[in-house]
Amino acid sequence: MAQRLGTLSELRAALDDGRTSASDVVAQALGRARELAPAFAATRGLRADRAAEEALQADQRRTARALRSVLDGIPLLLKDNLNHRGEPTTCASRILDGYVSPYDATAVERVKAAGGVVIGRTNMDEFAMGSSTENACDQPTRNPWDPTRVPGGSSGGSAAAVAAGIVPVALGSDTGGSVRQPASFCGVVGIKPTYGRVSRYGLVAFASSLDQVGVFSRTAADAAALLQVISGHDPLDSTSLDEPVPDYAAALDGDVAGLTIGLPREYFVEQGVDPDVLERVRDAVKELERAGAKTCEVSLPHTPYAVATYYLIAMAEASSNLARYDGVRYGHRATGAHDLQSMYSRTRSEGFGAEVKRRILLGTYVLSAGYYDAYYRKAQQARTLLRGDFEAAYRSCDLILTPTAPEVAFALGERSADPLQMYLSDIFTVSANLAGIPGISVPCGFARDLPVGLQLLGPALGESLLLRVADAYQRRTDWHTKTPPEAS
Amino acid sequence: MSALQEVMERYEVVIGLEVHSQLRTDSKLFCGCAVRYGDPPNHHTCPVCLALPGALPVLNERAVSLGVRAALATHCSVQPQSIFARKNYFYPDLPKGYQISQFEEPLSTGGWLEIPMPDEAAADAVRRIGITRIHMEEDAGKSIHDDSVAGGDGSQVDLNRAGVPLLEIVSEPDLRSPEEAGAYLRTLRQILRYIEVSDADMEKGHFRCDANVSLRLHGALDLGTRTELKNLNSFRFVEAAIAAEIERQAEVLDGGGAIQQATLLWDRTSGQTRVMRLKENSDDYRYFPEPDLIPVNIDPQAVHDIRAELPELPDQKRERFVREHGLSEYDAGLLTGSRSLADFFEASTAAYGKAKPIANWLLRDVLHALNEREAEIDEVALVPETLVALLRMVDAGRVTPKSARELIPELVARGGDVEALVRERGVEAVSDAGILETAVAEVLADNADAVARFRSGEDKMLNFLMGQVMRRTSGKASPAAVRDILAAKLGG
Amino acid sequence: MARITREEVERIADLARLTLSAEEAQALTHDLDTMLEYVQALDGLDTQNVEPTAHPLPVATALRPDRARPSLAPEEAVGNAPEREGSAFTVPKVIEGVES
Ligand SMILES: [Mg+2]
Ligand SMILES: [Zn+2]
Repeated sequence: MAQRLGTLSELRAALDDGRTSASDVVAQALGRARELAPAFAATRGLRADRAAEEALQADQRRTARALRSVLDGIPLLLKDNLNHRGEPTTCASRILDGYVSPYDATAVERVKAAGGVVIGRTNMDEFAMGSSTENACDQPTRNPWDPTRVPGGSSGGSAAAVAAGIVPVALGSDTGGSVRQPASFCGVVGIKPTYGRVSRYGLVAFASSLDQVGVFSRTAADAAALLQVISGHDPLDSTSLDEPVPDYAAALDGDVAGLTIGLPREYFVEQGVDPDVLERVRDAVKELERAGAKTCEVSLPHTPYAVATYYLIAMAEASSNLARYDGVRYGHRATGAHDLQSMYSRTRSEGFGAEVKRRILLGTYVLSAGYYDAYYRKAQQARTLLRGDFEAAYRSCDLILTPTAPEVAFALGERSADPLQMYLSDIFTVSANLAGIPGISVPCGFARDLPVGLQLLGPALGESLLLRVADAYQRRTDWHTKTPPEAS
Repeated sequence: MSALQEVMERYEVVIGLEVHSQLRTDSKLFCGCAVRYGDPPNHHTCPVCLALPGALPVLNERAVSLGVRAALATHCSVQPQSIFARKNYFYPDLPKGYQISQFEEPLSTGGWLEIPMPDEAAADAVRRIGITRIHMEEDAGKSIHDDSVAGGDGSQVDLNRAGVPLLEIVSEPDLRSPEEAGAYLRTLRQILRYIEVSDADMEKGHFRCDANVSLRLHGALDLGTRTELKNLNSFRFVEAAIAAEIERQAEVLDGGGAIQQATLLWDRTSGQTRVMRLKENSDDYRYFPEPDLIPVNIDPQAVHDIRAELPELPDQKRERFVREHGLSEYDAGLLTGSRSLADFFEASTAAYGKAKPIANWLLRDVLHALNEREAEIDEVALVPETLVALLRMVDAGRVTPKSARELIPELVARGGDVEALVRERGVEAVSDAGILETAVAEVLADNADAVARFRSGEDKMLNFLMGQVMRRTSGKASPAAVRDILAAKLGG
Repeated sequence: MARITREEVERIADLARLTLSAEEAQALTHDLDTMLEYVQALDGLDTQNVEPTAHPLPVATALRPDRARPSLAPEEAVGNAPEREGSAFTVPKVIEGVES
């Protein structure tokens, strides 16, 4: 069995010392991905030959002392909803059967320009619609800490791959918690940046006003390194923020003294939250207090409306974003249809899975004549109120701390029959997407041997602050050094 | 009285037009693909206009400023903030499954333009037609239905045109006849071309029109049920299609029936309209604000700058021509019919020094030659310097006005050196005193009666005698020289 | 009381170009009904005079200079097509209708 890969910082040091080569590291990552595929199904496709070639080029750059960045020669995985030129992009959907992308997503282009070696794609819920990675068109991903349980979702493949030590870092996307919740379930770090911080160009849209590319890693320092590479303005994305990117690594000084951390009373409730999860998160609060941070209670009064608001907006946007999958230009096309209408309907019915259809239908319904104001417009107004909650809270604190999810990883199949119950696992993560603010999940212990995640939410463009606090916490704890027994 | 006139005596016709006009940009509305026609299918496409998964739109700056220009030229107010919306429907030439358009918050609202009144004798009688709104949107691609596709069972889809920027210009239901609809379209087209917002070439599909038509009894306040005529793509068809639809509706109403809300197509072969679909099962477009685009904020300074750069509009130019050059309203109207003709007139006048002769030559001879060729002045070889050179030769008596007129079609078609052409054609005026004296002597001898009448006070006989001399010299005689010799011989 | 009927679900499915089997239609009617019941929680929220949020953060209008840039090579543009003739996509016959 190929060995677990180290963290990005460890690999960087080993590469710089000449203890290993990019070719060896990439070969090790590919080997481990292949060996663990049957057990966890974290990856959807590997590009062994091209990755090996790119690793060789990285080694040549190292010899020539022409390294491009700290990422140069480091293997990583992409969630299968990021376009990578010459590679398939499936979104774990049959409807994208056979599609090979002719272009790079901006985040992917930046990773490549920095010398990162993409070894393949990770599994996900179809079109990022789900919280368990069970809605993939072929097989679900399993949690490396317990293969009978889900890794969370929708970026479950990326979270599992990092947890299983296949790669040190991976990219995912977060529309309502799809990076943070699986990071929490798999015991890794996951950061969703401010909306607009990372270009969405080339990220297959689920819900345009909520989607954001995010990063998985084992340490906050590694997350900072990869986020540094992919952040920044992109003229190809109109919603991209034209603001300078701070030096994230430089912000990691281990110091939290003097910071005020807000604890929203609506998130620290007994009802509907696993008591062990709450306890681990409260332990983490104490740890940060010992490190010199102050805490205070804050209120986000519109929290009870967040999930409904989120689903209305996300499904409405999704119903329109998914209209392009019509079998005309790429992907699956139903055979034997003699007229256009039936070609469309049959193609889409065959191509989309049950959850995607459910969301397209709800989204179509709430936008249709006569319902727009009652549903979509109302949700956009609720969104304004939710944003206002955060603005008010940040007047009395620097950042907000909550559990990432109300629970630990649940069993495969447990929620499949009850979509609404599944949606409620996003209860603590959706507000950040609605408000556009950054959030990070950091491992903060275990409940019944399953990882628990702590979520930090910052004000817009507060990534440095989140990474700094997460890093300070990791310097004082060793949760992130634990390895899953099933993938050791 | 025609059937249409008869219907219009009984019913008031209410017409509103929606025009789609292609903006003059180099690249598409939301991506960098070139706006170009005539190439093989899908040669100007990219991830954005192919609607590949993950691609995003970014708005073309020039499209916005051209839109503002059109709004200002039609007296619309430019909205400080306008918002793009998605119009959702499925069609193979609509790759995203939605068209990015504007809905609740368009670029501009509330303007008007003035159209000449076809029925009025006075050339300056105009009617003001309201413009409800002007907004930006992207064009669809093209579905080609061809029996050769997939064994006659399929259509081809070409997305070269998908994403090309359009303005949609919606009029108030202020038009009252097919002729007014035609006049509105011609005026609008003229304005858009003047301000270089659109080539507005109907034949090339750069200028397309949908018409909403309804009838009501004269004096009625409520509008009748309207039908929508789709994709009228020539001026001729617009008027014919509206006329046919008016007659169809009148027939339904006269028979006691009710008009059904419907979308109709004009069948140019049968000359009739035909129902494409009824509105009751019409599409539900599910408009909502386009989340991939930011609202378009246009500050007053930008509007001010664009207004300052706005070229002179046809109406303004016409008034100035009357004022500065002493032309009649009618002549000035003709000369400002297109910006290129107006520019030609002004350039020629500047070179020649006098406006009226230029106006006369242009309106009489040059326009005639252009109409024969169905061309605009900037599409032919004639340039102002050539026209002025010809007029100078006429003034100098080196070519007769008659010969000069005959040269115009040639100069329009091929241009070139006037002197050389006159020599080549052998039409240089004869001013050789010997030849002319002989001719005059012969004419006087042959027309003793006319000479006598002239001498008894009939001055107009001089013109007759002039004409006889010209005829005898095949029109080449210099009129000034002939007049001098005649005057001398007749003892005048 | 049901918030959505099966007929409505079928009408919506038609708008969204999805064909549903009888079982699917029935199950989805139930699911949508449950979801609509859940989102009805928003009815209790007073949103009078609240501006809707379409974008979470204020961003200046992004504009692109009007410069033509290279398009995809035609082989790449249509390389993914399920069916094509030359560089054109082909689809079953478009029966009727135009849109603009
Ligand atoms: Mg339109
Ligand atoms: Zn394009």
